[in-house]
Amino acid sequence: MDGLAHQLIAGIATGGIYASVALALVVIYQATHHINFAQGAMATFSTYIAYMLIQAEVPYWAAFFATVALSFIIGVLIERILLRPMHNAPVLTHVGIFIGLLLAISDLCGWLFDYTVKSFPTPFDAGGPMLGGLISGHELGSTAVTLSMLILIYLFFRHTSLGLATRAAAYNPVSSRLVGIRVGWMLAVGWGLAAAIGAVAGMMIAPVVFLEPNMMLGILLYAFAGALLGGIDNPGGAVLGGFAVGIIENLGGAYLVGTELKLTLALIIIIGVLLIRPNGLFGRVLVSRV
Amino acid sequence: MSASKGLPVAAARGAEQVAGHSWAPLVILVLLLLALAPAFLVEGYRLFQLTLAVIYALAILGLNIVTGYNGQISLGHGAFYAVGAYTAAILMAHFEVPYWATLPVAALVCAALGYGIGFPALRLGSLYLALTTFSLAVAVPQILKYKAFEDWTGGVQGLFIFKPDPPFGLPLSNDQWMYIFTVLVAATLFILSWNLLRSRIGRALLAIRDQPVAAEAMGMNLAQLKTRTFAVSAMITGIAGALSAIAVEFVSPDSFSVILSITLFVGMVVGGVASILGTVFGGLFVVFVPNLAEDISKAAPGVIYGIILIAFLFLLPTGFAGFLRRLVVPLLRRRRSAQAMSSNGR
Repeated sequence: MDGLAHQLIAGIATGGIYASVALALVVIYQATHHINFAQGAMATFSTYIAYMLIQAEVPYWAAFFATVALSFIIGVLIERILLRPMHNAPVLTHVGIFIGLLLAISDLCGWLFDYTVKSFPTPFDAGGPMLGGLISGHELGSTAVTLSMLILIYLFFRHTSLGLATRAAAYNPVSSRLVGIRVGWMLAVGWGLAAAIGAVAGMMIAPVVFLEPNMMLGILLYAFAGALLGGIDNPGGAVLGGFAVGIIENLGGAYLVGTELKLTLALIIIIGVLLIRPNGLFGRVLVSRV
Repeated sequence: MSASKGLPVAAARGAEQVAGHSWAPLVILVLLLLALAPAFLVEGYRLFQLTLAVIYALAILGLNIVTGYNGQISLGHGAFYAVGAYTAAILMAHFEVPYWATLPVAALVCAALGYGIGFPALRLGSLYLALTTFSLAVAVPQILKYKAFEDWTGGVQGLFIFKPDPPFGLPLSNDQWMYIFTVLVAATLFILSWNLLRSRIGRALLAIRDQPVAAEAMGMNLAQLKTRTFAVSAMITGIAGALSAIAVEFVSPDSFSVILSITLFVGMVVGGVASILGTVFGGLFVVFVPNLAEDISKAAPGVIYGIILIAFLFLLPTGFAGFLRRLVVPLLRRRRSAQAMSSNGR
């Protein structure tokens, strides 16, 4: 029973990471109806920035916030430079740009920081298990960080005028422009936010999976599964989906398939959701007007 | 891409086809002879690279049918390539099936797998297929390494097989025969695909890509056509995979990572989306350009690859083939209009 409880809690800890990346995907999806395949690579790159800062003896939390800010700027720049000129192009072009980014960014990581696997520091008490051996200091700390970030994002979207403008631009770009919202810049803010969320997720998971250029590939897969499970057009749903997938992954890994087929489990969840409930648990049923 | 672009091209092609119909067998024969010539002109590693280029062209043809012509984006065709390769290798290594007989089996297995993956994903928007196939491509090496299948797949070690000897005692080296065999298989599939894409079904695929609503209103069963197209496309890529296993004489899980799927995608975009000629350029590109990219930067070929991909999307979205068409078509048109004028003047 202790084993089960431990797996559940570990599932919630990794689920927080999946929920964050899923949220990053959904923020971009809502605004542009594209899925950013480079989300994982961007997060890995951010984590390398943090690694570099920490190596340069910047205190952890200073490095943390500097990385989040830098990632936001990088996200905005990518939207402005690569996607803005293409915003009327067909889906294939967008997917192509994402794939190009994925290739370029992950190899850039390997090129700048070499391909060796690095250990990434955790700011939390690395000491023994807490709460009667149920949870490690890092698991508790990273869950706290991801949860508070998710709450902050929620507050941003619900209770600030910029958040409202971002939502409006995603929901109805034409009317938003008419009331004076700069829709293009709102998309860029969405990209910046997604990049910043990804950066936090990357820094929180790196101590667990170790830092290497393809670190986020598997996590991206679980984030896909989470976003689909919750509903790809519903941020809250995607977050819940991410947590659910984290728990399913840990329980499934422990009792069903073992760690060797973890990625396949993500694939099975994706196909299962598409077969049984394609709009996800909390997604809207999409009806298109002809 | 857009209806306005697609239609005139299709119409022009239709006219060409009618005008040059009787020439088709001759043209095919000449092209085939040209394609076979390197077997006697090039040797050793270069010939092997050319064999691989033909195989990749075939794999990209499979991808292009579903992504280029039908507009359903697949980022996981490397998975079908892998399954085709493993089917061939397992049949040859464990059951001593002759190499040529593995191709139909690989085709069937991959078509069935393509149908199975396409069925849930293709009823929905095209992004769902991209997402599912990408996940499949990421998961494939792990499945191939899985312990329970190790007796069949050889696990992490992979499987070794042998390059076939030329048949009928032909005076050819194994490399030469492999190249000729590959070209013959590829040529057959290219001609079949060409016919398929010029047929009623081909036009239906374009209609589904450009105007899905109108296509459905005209009575096409979108989900069914898309799923079947995906199965055909997976089949062709699977055959290419089987050929690759025979040519390389080795399969291992790590040669079929997600990078392979991305490579095929890049080859398709660079060669030319929705262009059969483009797939040949794509095949040559993915074999020969990585070497160039590595010459430029040893550590980060992917950076150059990614930049090339994005540059093509920005500057030449129709790829090499579209670039050539843009060069050649105005020339032809000018000649034709000149002829027309001179005949009018008479």
